[in-house]
Amino acid sequence: MSKILIYPTNSLVLADLVDRFGHEPLTIPQEIRKKVTSVGLDSPPLNITPEDPKIGLKYAAVEVPSGVRGRMALIGPLLEKADAAVVVSDPEATFGCMGCARTNELVNFLIRAKKIPMLELSYPTNDDDARDFVYKIAEFLQSSEVLKHE
Amino acid sequence: MSKNVKIAQLSCGTEYSGIQPEIEAAAKQVNAEMVFADVDYDDIARIEKDFGLEVASPDLKLLMARAKSIVDGKTDVDAVFVATCFRCAEAALARSEVRRYIYEKTSLPVISYSFTERTTSGTLLTRMEALTTMARRKSLLARERQTGLTAGIDSGSTTTKCVIMKDNEVIGTGWVPTTKVLDSADEAFNIALESAGIKQSELDALGTTGYGRFLIGDKFSADLVQEEVTVNSKGAVFLADKQKGDATVIDIGGMDNKAISVHDGIPGMFTLGGICAGASGRFLEITARRLGVEITKLGDLALKGNSKNIEMNSYCIVFGIQSLVNSLSTGAKPEDVAAAACYSVAEQVFEQQLQEVEVKEPVIMVGGSSLIAGLPKALEDLLHVEVHIPKYSQFIGAVGSALLVSGLVDTSKK
Repeated sequence: MSKILIYPTNSLVLADLVDRFGHEPLTIPQEIRKKVTSVGLDSPPLNITPEDPKIGLKYAAVEVPSGVRGRMALIGPLLEKADAAVVVSDPEATFGCMGCARTNELVNFLIRAKKIPMLELSYPTNDDDARDFVYKIAEFLQSSEVLKHE
Repeated sequence: MSKNVKIAQLSCGTEYSGIQPEIEAAAKQVNAEMVFADVDYDDIARIEKDFGLEVASPDLKLLMARAKSIVDGKTDVDAVFVATCFRCAEAALARSEVRRYIYEKTSLPVISYSFTERTTSGTLLTRMEALTTMARRKSLLARERQTGLTAGIDSGSTTTKCVIMKDNEVIGTGWVPTTKVLDSADEAFNIALESAGIKQSELDALGTTGYGRFLIGDKFSADLVQEEVTVNSKGAVFLADKQKGDATVIDIGGMDNKAISVHDGIPGMFTLGGICAGASGRFLEITARRLGVEITKLGDLALKGNSKNIEMNSYCIVFGIQSLVNSLSTGAKPEDVAAAACYSVAEQVFEQQLQEVEVKEPVIMVGGSSLIAGLPKALEDLLHVEVHIPKYSQFIGAVGSALLVSGLVDTSKK
């Protein structure tokens, strides 16, 4: 079983796919409802304190907004554990969504910089693309570059 | 217990910055609650087109969608608080445009704030207090005349001021440097009572404001304890006799600065700056000390000088002052240094605060620093408008308190 970072980290679909292929999804779970009633789209599952953005200084300098550093305090440790990553760009909010574009840029960079196996996909917009999307993820999760970490 | 006020929170980054509990604590202290407009994902998907601003961050799309929900009347709130991370350019654009959108499309009071993880409920309290006052006490804020015999005490970070007012006139004043908050308030109050020729027991009501407002409010059993944004707005338009229509009130204080858009005497958008001492009256105090002149003489000295003759490489109260000292050592004239110091403070207020409010004439400058003549002059040069300095401008908070508290006396008598 490999540890697979999924991004967006709150995507239940991606987490489920990774789990089905026998790997451990590294995720920040979140309930998705029809209406957004929480403070943000990716409201944290636990109470973040002002100490967390300081922990995030490990990943981003002090001139980086505190919201980015607070997110990195949660996502950074997941990234450190990851053997591989599946990243979906521009997803619909209902699929899973990180609230901050600057965090997205930083996380994607850090995954690439870590040089772990990484699958980058665009969010599908029609049925054919959706099938292809799932097929590519399945293929990646069963590939030798991912399985070698088991 | 005052009416509960619902404040719509339009924000990006408050949770991951760890300050959401601080925002809610500040709101709770003024008997308000933060509410989050429910929006559908479809609303969020459409909002860039509907609102007209394209942003990459989904939480900013949520922020704009919630703003539209308020403007469309789908969300019932009394006031709006817009907050995004400090140093995020995309968020700053969205915050500014959303604040303007709410201001133009609704009659709701709105403030905006850029935060860091160091933002505390204490920092937010004055802003929340002003916001809820605007929502809760519109009838009181509409008051244009002072009636009866009332007093106002303004316990500021640098000085404590007191005025006694009777039938719409200031009849006594007291002004002392703030040392021990209660002792200074006592002293200023006694001086004002003496100059008015009355006893404390004769007063109909007393209002307090400023940093020490709660402490001195308790001590004197004040009828009204009110933050500075509200009382300064009221005091400024009252003293400048500009109670109808638009106005902009600027107060460069010892520890923070206020820039307030006012309409018919009621504050609308406002900013409170309080991070950098280089943009405060304190910078001018230190400059005066280095030049060996009284702070009261610094302004007149500045009027004789030319700020352009001095090279200042920093706004910082340490390095900026060092630039001024260095220029003196190379033969610069003291009057040019005084002018440069005034210009430096005015420029920072212009760049960092006046961009956040609608500057509409008349511009009324108040507070002790308004009497440092070089400062309003520098602001006039930057804004290209006339800056009004009303009589008793240094007592602005105390006057506003005395004026507003007289409204409470009338209410209780009715």
